[in-house]
Amino acid sequence: MKPATFRIWRGDSQGGEFRDYTTEVAEGMVVLDAVHQIQATQANDLACRWNCKAGKCGSCSAEVNGMPRLLCMTRLHDLPIDKPVTIEPMRTFPSLKDLVTDVSWNFRVKKKIKKFKPRPPDAPDGTWRMAQADIDRVQEFRKCIECYLCQDVCHVLRDHGKQDAFIGPRFFIYTAALEMHPLDTEDRLGELQQTHGIGYCNITKCCTKVCPESITITDNAIIPLKERVVDEFYDPLGKLWKKLRG
Amino acid sequence: MEPPARLNGGVVEEKKKHMADYQNFEYDVLVVGAGGAGLRAAIESSAAGVRVGMVCKSLLGKAHTVMAEGGIAAALANVDDRDSWKVHFADTMRGGQYVNNWRMAEIHAKEAPDRVRELEAWGAVFDRTADGKILQRNFGGHKYPRLAHVGDRTGLELIRTLQDHGIHQGIEVHMEHTVVAILKDRERVSGVLAYERERGRFKIFKTRAIVLATGGIGRAYKITSNSWDYTGDGHSLAYHAGAELIDLEFVQFHPTGMIWPPSVMGILVTEGVRGEGGVLRNKDGTRFMFGDIPDNYKAQTADNEEEGWRYCQGDKSARRPPELLTRDHVARCIVREIKEGRGSPHGGVYLDISWIKQKLPKAAEHIQRKLPSMYHQFKQLADIDITREAMEVGPTTHYVMGGIRVHPDTQMSSVPGLFAAGECAAGINGANRLGGNSLSDILVFGKRAGEFAARFARENPAGVIDGDHVEEAVTQALGPFDRATQGENPYQIQRDLQEMMQDLVGIVRKEEEMARALKGLETLWERACKVGTSGNREYNPGWHTALDLKNLLTVSEAVTRSAIDRQESRGAQFRDDYPRKDDAKWGNVNIVLRKGADGAMQLRHEPIPLMPSHLKQVLDEMK
Ligand SMILES: Cc1cc2nc3c(=O)[nH]c(=O)nc-3n(C[C@H](O)[C@H](O)[C@H](O)COP(=O)(O)OP(=O)(O)OC[C@H]3O[C@@H](n4cnc5c(N)ncnc54)[C@H](O)[C@@H]3O)c2cc1C
Ligand code: SF4
Ligand code: SF4
Ligand code: FES
Repeated sequence: MKPATFRIWRGDSQGGEFRDYTTEVAEGMVVLDAVHQIQATQANDLACRWNCKAGKCGSCSAEVNGMPRLLCMTRLHDLPIDKPVTIEPMRTFPSLKDLVTDVSWNFRVKKKIKKFKPRPPDAPDGTWRMAQADIDRVQEFRKCIECYLCQDVCHVLRDHGKQDAFIGPRFFIYTAALEMHPLDTEDRLGELQQTHGIGYCNITKCCTKVCPESITITDNAIIPLKERVVDEFYDPLGKLWKKLRG
Repeated sequence: MEPPARLNGGVVEEKKKHMADYQNFEYDVLVVGAGGAGLRAAIESSAAGVRVGMVCKSLLGKAHTVMAEGGIAAALANVDDRDSWKVHFADTMRGGQYVNNWRMAEIHAKEAPDRVRELEAWGAVFDRTADGKILQRNFGGHKYPRLAHVGDRTGLELIRTLQDHGIHQGIEVHMEHTVVAILKDRERVSGVLAYERERGRFKIFKTRAIVLATGGIGRAYKITSNSWDYTGDGHSLAYHAGAELIDLEFVQFHPTGMIWPPSVMGILVTEGVRGEGGVLRNKDGTRFMFGDIPDNYKAQTADNEEEGWRYCQGDKSARRPPELLTRDHVARCIVREIKEGRGSPHGGVYLDISWIKQKLPKAAEHIQRKLPSMYHQFKQLADIDITREAMEVGPTTHYVMGGIRVHPDTQMSSVPGLFAAGECAAGINGANRLGGNSLSDILVFGKRAGEFAARFARENPAGVIDGDHVEEAVTQALGPFDRATQGENPYQIQRDLQEMMQDLVGIVRKEEEMARALKGLETLWERACKVGTSGNREYNPGWHTALDLKNLLTVSEAVTRSAIDRQESRGAQFRDDYPRKDDAKWGNVNIVLRKGADGAMQLRHEPIPLMPSHLKQVLDEMK
C-alpha cells in the first residue's frame, strides 16, 4: 500500500475544475478502484458511471492521463503513479457531472440506421444455415461494448463537431456488421455516403487504437464500406463485374 | 423490524417544493429493467399493440445480462440429437433438487429453443456447427451439449440483439431512472415513482400493468460477480407492495471467481472454461473433484480423467468430468479443499485449461478462440496467460434463485397487475440454477410476462395514483439530504452489510451465525435510517447508495430468515448444523415471505403442488 494522487475533474455542464485526492493504492488496483475508494471515503457525490467492472459493459469510459480508456481495465500498475493521475470525462460529449457525460446522441444515431432484414429461412423449420468462416468478421464487429471511446477520439466529432453529418466509427462498424451479415438483405449504402458521412473519415485509425475490444475498426469495417460505397455510386460497372465474378 | 416506517424522515417544506417538479407519464405496460427479461417483455407487449414504457437504472445495453458469458441453454439438439425438452426438463429439476416449480421448468424447457431461434431472426450471430447450425457447448448439469453461445460473450450478443430490435418497436425508454416505489390503487398496481439520476427529479409513471425485470441481489455480499445494479430493487419493491417472495434461502455461489489481485476478487471465470476441458486441482496437483461425486450423479459422471477429456471433445459415449457437476457441489468442494489446507497461495484452488496442450495441437490458439474474454481478463487484470499457466479461483456470489413468486404461465405476482420475469422472479430454478438456464429463463418468461401484462392492461382500466403514497415516498427518499454530512456515510453501511452477509450467511451456514446476522441487520436498519448525503441531487452516487440500502437490507433479511428456517442442506443452501438433505420434512416445501400488516416479515411454508403424471414419467425415463 502506498499513497497516490488522483487529479479528478469535478464539475457539470456549466464548467468545473480539477481537484486532487490522495488515496492508498494496493496491488492490482485499476483506476476505477481508486475512484470508488475516493467516492466512499472523501467525495460521496463524485459522479462516475460503471456497471460490470470487468470490461464488458462499456459504461466507465473516461480519459486517463489524456487517453480514452475504460476505468475498470486500466491498471495503476501501468501508469506513472509518482505523478498525479488525471481522470476527466470524455471530452467529445457534453458534460453532465464529474466523469459522467451525455452520450444520448449515440442512441439517437443508432435508431437512424436501418434494422436487420433477413432473407427467408433456409430450412422448413424456420432456421438458417451459415458457415463459421462467413461470420467471423461480423462477430468481430459484434464484440463492440458501446463504450464510445472511438467516438470520443475521432477528430471529425471531437474537433470538427460534425455530429449532424457523421455517425462516427462505432456506427460504421454497426453498419458494417449489418451489411456483412450473411442473412441481411437491406441496403444502407445510400445513407452511408449521404447523411451518415463516411466520406469525412480520412482513415487516421485513431479509433482502432483506443478500442478496448481490439476491433480493427478502420481496416475491417470502414475501408471495406468505403469501397462498397465507391462501387455503388462511382463505379457501377465495376460493381457489376464483381457481381458476375461472384 | 419495520423498516419503511423507520426510514421516514425529511421536512415538509422540502416536500412541497418538489411537488411541482413531478413529471407524469402514462403507459399501458411499464417495464422496469432493460436486461434480457425486460427487453423481451417490452418487445412482446409492444407487439401486442399497447403503449409500452421502459425504465432502467443504467444506460440501455449495460444491464447485467451483458456480462453473461457461457451461453444460453436450449434443447435444440444441433450437436447431440439425443437432446429434447424432456432431458432439459429433467436436468433442470435434478439441478434444482426438485423444489423447482415444475410447471415453469416444463414451459422453460419446451419454449427455450424457439426463443433462441427468434434471436437469430433478429440478427444474433451464434457460433456455428460444421453444417452451419447454431453450435452448442457443454455446461455443468446439462446432460448433452446444450448451450448456444458466442465465444464467451453470449450475454452481449443477447442484449444487443434485443436492444437493436427493440429500439424500432416504439418502446419509450427512460434510461438512468430508478424506481423507488410501486404505487397501488387498493389491491392492484397503478404506477411507479422513480427518480431520474441525471437531475435527481422525481417522476410518476402511471400504468395499468408493471413488469419487474430488475435482476438479482449479489451486492448484498462482499465477494460477487454482480454489477452495482444488483441491489435487489425488484425483490424489495414487490415485497413492500405486498407481493410474496419465495425460495430466498437459495443464493448461488459460483465456484469459480477470480481471487487475485484483491481488486478483482469476485469477477467471474466462466464455467465455459471447464466445458472446454479446464480442470480443478488443489495445491498437490490432485483433481479433487473425482473424490466426491454425489450418488444421484454417479451414473452420468466420468470416473477417470481420460473419459472426462473425451467428453469435452464431444465423444458421445463418454460421461462428463466431475468438474461439470452442479455449481453448489463444486463450490462446496472448493471450500473444503481450501479449509483443509490444500488451497493455492492466495486462498483458492487452481483452474487449469493450459494442460490441454498435451492433447491438442495449437492449444493456445484454440483457447484464445473459445475463451477470448477470459484470456483477455486474466492477461489484463492479473498478468496471467491462461494458455500457459493455471488460474487461481474461488467461489463468488453469483445468482439468486429466490425472488418474486409468480404464476408459472402468466408471470403475475400475488399483486394484480404486477408481473415479474428474469432473475428477480423465482420458481424455475429451485435450490440451484444450472448454468445457461438464466439466459433462456429471461427470454422465455420475459416474453410471457410481456404478453400477459399487455392482456391485463387491455382487460383492466387504469387505476388512480395515490398522492399520499407519492409524498411519503418522496419525503423518505429525500431524507438523506436533510441529514447531509451529519448523517452516516452510506458507503460505510453498505460495506458493513456486505461483510456481514459474506461472513454469516455465506456458502456454509449455521443457525447461531445467522441469528447474529439478524441482530446485525437490525442495527444496520437503524443506521440506514440516519444515513446522510452531501452534495445535491444531480447524479449523486452517494444519494443513490443511500437509497439502495433499503433494498439491500430487505433482501438480506429475506435471505437470512429463509436460510435459518430451512433446517437442511439442499442445493445452494448448505447448513453446517444440518448437513443432510431431509426429503421427508423439506423435500416438498417452499418458503414464502410476505410483509405483514404490522410491517414485519412473515414466513410460511407452502407445499409444492403434486407433479402431474406426464412429468413424473419424464423424470422416471431420465433417471
Ligand atoms: C458474470 C456473469 C456471467 C453470467 N453468465 C451466464 C451465462 O453464461 N448463462 C446464463 O444463463 N446466465 C449467466 N449469468 C446470469 C445472467 O446473466 C443473469 O441472471 C441474467 O442476465 C439476468 O437478466 P435479467 O433480465 O433478469 O436482469 P438484468 O439483465 O440484470 O437487468 C436488470 C435491469 O433492471 C434495472 N433495474 C434494477 N433496479 C432498478 C430500479 N430500481 N429501477 C429501474 N431499473 C432497475 C437495471 O438497470 C437493468 O436494466 C451470468 C451472470 C454473471 C454475473
Ligand atoms: S479512422 Fe476515421 S472514424 Fe476512425 S478516428 Fe480516424 S477519422 Fe475517425
Ligand atoms: S468499436 Fe470499440 S471503441 Fe468503439 S464503441 Fe465499440 S468497443 Fe468501444
Ligand atoms: S464497468 Fe463495465 S466496462 Fe468498465
